[in-house]
Amino acid sequence: MNSSRSLWAKQYQRILILAILLVIIVAASIFIGRYPQPFWMPLQVLIEDSMAQRLVWLLRLPRILTAALLGATLAVCGTVLQMIFRNPIVEPGFLGVSQGAAFGAAVAILWLGGGRLTIELSASMFALLGLAGSFILARTIKFGGWVLRLILSGIVVSALFSSGLGVLKYLADPLTQLQEITFWLLGGLWSVTWQDLLYVAPVVLVGLLIVYLMRWRLNVLALGQDTAFSLGAETTRERLVVLVAAVSATAVLTAVSGIVGWVGLIVPQIARQMFGPNGQFSVPGSMLIGAIFGVVSDNLARTLLAGEIPLGILTSFIGAMLFVVIINRSRIKLR
Amino acid sequence: MNEMIALKNIQFHYDPGKTILNDLSLSVEKGSITAILGPNGTGKTTLLHTILGLLAPQSGEIWIAGKNISEYKRSELSQVMSLVPQSEVVPFNFNVIEYVLLGRTPQLGFLDMPSEHDIELVCETLEMLEVQHLEQRPVTELSGGEQQMVVLARALVQEPQVLLLDEPTSHLDLSNKGRLLKILQTLAQRGVTIVFSTHDPDAAAMIADHVILLKAGAVLDAGLIDQVLTSEKLTQTYGTEVKVLTIEGRLVTLLINGRFGEKEKVA
Repeated sequence: MNSSRSLWAKQYQRILILAILLVIIVAASIFIGRYPQPFWMPLQVLIEDSMAQRLVWLLRLPRILTAALLGATLAVCGTVLQMIFRNPIVEPGFLGVSQGAAFGAAVAILWLGGGRLTIELSASMFALLGLAGSFILARTIKFGGWVLRLILSGIVVSALFSSGLGVLKYLADPLTQLQEITFWLLGGLWSVTWQDLLYVAPVVLVGLLIVYLMRWRLNVLALGQDTAFSLGAETTRERLVVLVAAVSATAVLTAVSGIVGWVGLIVPQIARQMFGPNGQFSVPGSMLIGAIFGVVSDNLARTLLAGEIPLGILTSFIGAMLFVVIINRSRIKLR
Repeated sequence: MNEMIALKNIQFHYDPGKTILNDLSLSVEKGSITAILGPNGTGKTTLLHTILGLLAPQSGEIWIAGKNISEYKRSELSQVMSLVPQSEVVPFNFNVIEYVLLGRTPQLGFLDMPSEHDIELVCETLEMLEVQHLEQRPVTELSGGEQQMVVLARALVQEPQVLLLDEPTSHLDLSNKGRLLKILQTLAQRGVTIVFSTHDPDAAAMIADHVILLKAGAVLDAGLIDQVLTSEKLTQTYGTEVKVLTIEGRLVTLLINGRFGEKEKVA
């Protein structure tokens, strides 16, 4: 007979392999950087050099952990949105979150002094405002199903924030503020500290935990409204819970990282190819793959050149290349 | 009392002024097979969704197994009733076994994962429907007949007392149609109450013991099949001349249409 172990033996095995891989990569990343020389710090240096120890503890470690959280969150948020919207090409920036965060950051840079914590607070406030705005607007639309209304509202809210951002860029001092806004929009983790990490961690970890616990329910929510209902799902409420959990986590992380694109689109695709669509495995799977993707991309961002490559540029580049590979390998079903 | 489903004076509309179900009352006995028969667009799907509780009528009462539907919790209701929708679009390529497992959701706690027992039940059900060979296939790549069986399996592992089916035979060829109807008959013998909608009177005649004739959102007639499935009543329901004959002990409908004959003459 089929037991759950043998039915999903491959999936369990792959989760385990990815988890081990993530631990190895995180551990190795501590030694990757441009001190004392480019690319690699010998273990000897870490043991003897107190400067190296401070650098690893104060700069590299919080940054690596944030990169892992960022990748995992963007990826799992993409998985959640794709399942709930029943559409494999939706991504986390969808519900006004990215544009909201960008607008919030610009507001902080222009009028609130541009301190790091101020930018983060303002960006996450406006990101959540974008999410709330999309929900509220979706309720006022009088036609179409819940999904269509949310998508339309997300487009509208994103467009409003993006035009607002345009105005702010126009008003900004081109020599100082405009540069800072542009740099923020490119996305990156160069100045992440333990303080930043501790500030986002509660929201992010709670969000990830909720999504993880609801990984079987997600399958039901991905079915049609009538079937999901007949299976006993409180569709509207459950979708709201899992969406708010996933998107809030994304919003606070985006406030720290700036716009980091494509992770949330591409990783869920990879996870579904590896694990199948069953949320039981595609949810933890996309978290792990996303975390690995985040750490590796950020390692490249801080190591490749003497100066920093903005993370958003790298993820977009890698993501777009991978996407071409994936759509040529499999048939992504579009309806 | 043996009444499984009772609808009393149901009034339903999506938009005010456009009534879909008009003062509709009906009653379905436990363990019976009831066909809801009527032309396209007459509210059959709306009626099934109303019984399921998905749509809340503007007025009227719904009783399921002797209890008002509003007194059920969502999870309780899903342990009593399951639905086979007319066409189930599954957006991702779940394999058959995982998809059918979703039917166990009502029996699982909110955050539970399916257990060994659930997987065994799924395998047994697939065997009963003679589709166990599909186990590992993606649902998105099944033929119409295979998919209907798999959706039925998903509804059956819910272990429902009431099975609602929306046009279950409309995409099936003759042999699959025969198989499906036979299975429904077996289920009814085991005490499952079956209600299905169809625009095909012959499918109704093959297995139903009760028929509800629906026209413009109201019950035109309802009762035992011999009394309801008559030439006169079907003609009235479909607005075109229909003759009901008895062939080999079963009712068979024959579409008589004057214009058909005329066209033949012209040709």
